[in-house]
Amino acid sequence: MRTRTLIAAVLALAALVTAGCGGASDTHGGGATAASSGEGSTKLSLVAYSTPQVVYDQLIPGFRETAEGKGVSFSESFGASGDQSRAVEAGLAADVVTFSLEPDMARLVKAGLVAPTWADNANKGLVSKSVVALIVRKGNPKNIHTWDDLLKPGVSVLTPNPFTSGAAKWNILAAYGAKSGGGGNPQAGLAYLRELITKHVKVQDKSGREALQNFASGNGDVLISYENEAITAQKKGQAVDYVIPDHTILIENPIAVVAKSTHVNQAEAFVKYALSPAGQQKFADWGYRPVDQAVFEKNAARFPTPSGLFTIRDLGGWSKVNDTFFDPGKGSVAKIEEEAGVSTAK
Amino acid sequence: MVDGASALGLGVATLWLSVIVLIPLAALVARSFDGGLDTFWSAVTSRQAFSALKLTLWTSLVVAAVNAVAGTLTAWVLVRDQFRGKAFINALIDLPFALPTIVVGVVLLALYGPTSPVGIHAVATTWAILLALLFVTLPFVVRSVQPVVHELDREMEEAAASLGAGSLTIARRVILPNLVPAILSGAAMSFARAVGEFGSVILVAGNIPFHTQLASVYIFGQVESDDPIGAAAVAVVLLVLSLVVLLAIAALGRWGARHER
Amino acid sequence: MSVERRVRVGLRTVVLAYLGILLLVPVGLVFYRTFEHGLVPVWQSITTPAAVHAFWLTIEIALIAVPLNTIFGVITALALVRGRFRGKTVVDAVVSLPFALSPVVIGLALLLVFGRGGWLSLPFQVIFAVPGMVLATVFVSLPFVVREVVPVLREVGDEQEQAAATLGASRWQVFWRITLPAIRWGVAYGVVLTTARAIGEFGAVSVVSGRIAGQTQTLTLLVEQRFQNFDLAGAYAASALLGVIAIATLLAMTLLKPRKDEA
Repeated sequence: MRTRTLIAAVLALAALVTAGCGGASDTHGGGATAASSGEGSTKLSLVAYSTPQVVYDQLIPGFRETAEGKGVSFSESFGASGDQSRAVEAGLAADVVTFSLEPDMARLVKAGLVAPTWADNANKGLVSKSVVALIVRKGNPKNIHTWDDLLKPGVSVLTPNPFTSGAAKWNILAAYGAKSGGGGNPQAGLAYLRELITKHVKVQDKSGREALQNFASGNGDVLISYENEAITAQKKGQAVDYVIPDHTILIENPIAVVAKSTHVNQAEAFVKYALSPAGQQKFADWGYRPVDQAVFEKNAARFPTPSGLFTIRDLGGWSKVNDTFFDPGKGSVAKIEEEAGVSTAK
Repeated sequence: MVDGASALGLGVATLWLSVIVLIPLAALVARSFDGGLDTFWSAVTSRQAFSALKLTLWTSLVVAAVNAVAGTLTAWVLVRDQFRGKAFINALIDLPFALPTIVVGVVLLALYGPTSPVGIHAVATTWAILLALLFVTLPFVVRSVQPVVHELDREMEEAAASLGAGSLTIARRVILPNLVPAILSGAAMSFARAVGEFGSVILVAGNIPFHTQLASVYIFGQVESDDPIGAAAVAVVLLVLSLVVLLAIAALGRWGARHER
Repeated sequence: MSVERRVRVGLRTVVLAYLGILLLVPVGLVFYRTFEHGLVPVWQSITTPAAVHAFWLTIEIALIAVPLNTIFGVITALALVRGRFRGKTVVDAVVSLPFALSPVVIGLALLLVFGRGGWLSLPFQVIFAVPGMVLATVFVSLPFVVREVVPVLREVGDEQEQAAATLGASRWQVFWRITLPAIRWGVAYGVVLTTARAIGEFGAVSVVSGRIAGQTQTLTLLVEQRFQNFDLAGAYAASALLGVIAIATLLAMTLLKPRKDEA
């Protein structure tokens, strides 16, 4: 017994020492899944939402080959957009942040971590775009082409919970905007949402990716998701097709340098690289619409422009939308979800 | 025992418990009251929170009850019965303690989801919740009752049998009373554990508010919806509930022990 | 006797069926799904740099959390059984509380204390770094050693300790030479349970880890990440690895249990 306790104590001590040295450095096993973040004199922390991990796995090595990127190593963190934003707010170290939607960036502006002028540039603070699309089984057996098709009897629709996944709000807004003529006819839009949610959505997963997993494992006939998710899923061998309805919303993903970063120059260089033609092409490869017009045109074949494309600004901007639709107590979507017995906040 | 040592030991234990458990919990309670008593109350009594709490309460009670019966029977069989592979089965009981909850979730999804090999599609129903909870709480009653069954005085049973009592009567009148404190204690732990379960249920429960949304998932949703106060409030309610149950059972145990002598 | 026999066999069947359905089938399925496509892809899956790092990080956290919980667990158990103070029931209940708390809540609570703007501000990074993950792990695995040692301590009684004290042994000698050996199997069993819990923790750790690839990603977090990235095979492989560790712990438990019961 004595020896055993002694060994345990020694091990504990050794572990403490290792933890002290090991936890802070980046010498552990080479880092991220596909690309090695490597050693370097400058270390940038990227905190991002989960879906573009495949893109950054290529962007980072690409950046490290440029002159500005030489000798820069990365620590990367990917997770749900809201979670990541809250984590940075709670103290997660970050130099570059990118999220699925603007309110997650606004949270950091409010916390004083990102400059209020983050969007005052040529790309309006965005690094990629997408559109809300309808993901169906390969071959589109149920012949889904429009929002109305979702209301056909017996069609089971998957969409994540907009109250636990900020990114899921895009889906609801796309449907609403489409049926309300870009916000002109709120009654029609809400009536559509009501029927969709109460009659056709049986389960609301807690995030977009989980909804996709759910769909991929055999549930539901249609998944409301994003074009880039569909393309990524296809690239990863999932048997899905997607349809872009004529009327849908433009998804805009922001990126910014954290104001308190100790490596502002390198961080800005990385963002610049992500916005460069080389970087934007990598986004395009994985199904994200580039914000760089030239790159977009080069890839235009893959990214059709829907005739009735609208943006969040057409619906009044995020603040208004969050208040009107997604306020847990008074929001119209909250009320509809309650009717369906679905998750709202309060 | 020497009082100085026990005082030191108590001091160290208290410090440890405080730093690790009590301070974070205190921060939680404080946060839940950040908006005042009104906010706390309205957060806890909102329709959805209330519904989630009710679901958690009744599923945890059902699971505790099922465990009380199944666990006792299992403990009985494991101690008194002899069969091939008993040691293996006995070892298996601790599996839920050893298996990470996310693996449990993945496994249950594979087993009872749309690609179920046994044709059971229980995902997104209350059954899925009960299954997940039964899995993770299995060991508590069994491990609590086993040692007591071990210590049981068989002479009493034999005496009762010789006096003409049937198996059922013996079970009811002779064996069970001795096991009750252990059963209750194990059931209380089952309840406490079930109340807080998250990792395994989140994948299979469907999480439809007012139908299949447990309090732990609701709390998660509140955090995601930027309502940490609401989340903390419901968490505090769960905490108090578990504490009450644990204390009540402990008090019952002590009362029982006192009256035994 | 035949009635009794029938009852016995009947009970046995019911119990075995219950356990089989609840435990064996799910776990068997995970292993089946993992090795469906052979051994090689599984090996590749668990030897990627991310997986190797996740494995070592998991072990590292366990190596810190388990000894801490063991030492303080034994002290707490001693205080609960041998000590004389009011409020023992409360302490006992507090010790059991980690079972009742959902991991999201634990993470939230730790963030409230150690996060930006939290109650405590330490000179080194706690949250979103390994220390925070250790704290979360210690929290969730706290009860095991205490709960296993308390009944053993009670059963063993303190006559031997009192005898040794009257013979002139110092407090430390009494503890080291009499108490500790008497409870060693209870401690060992508690250690094994604690280790299993520490290695398998997911929820609380995921909230406080910051998910920094290659730095704060444990095996359980890796399972989640792979699941999310359509790498189902990889997720199952990592789950199987966790399952193997669980079974190894289970074996340790099995070997220790009879001695604990005999002690």
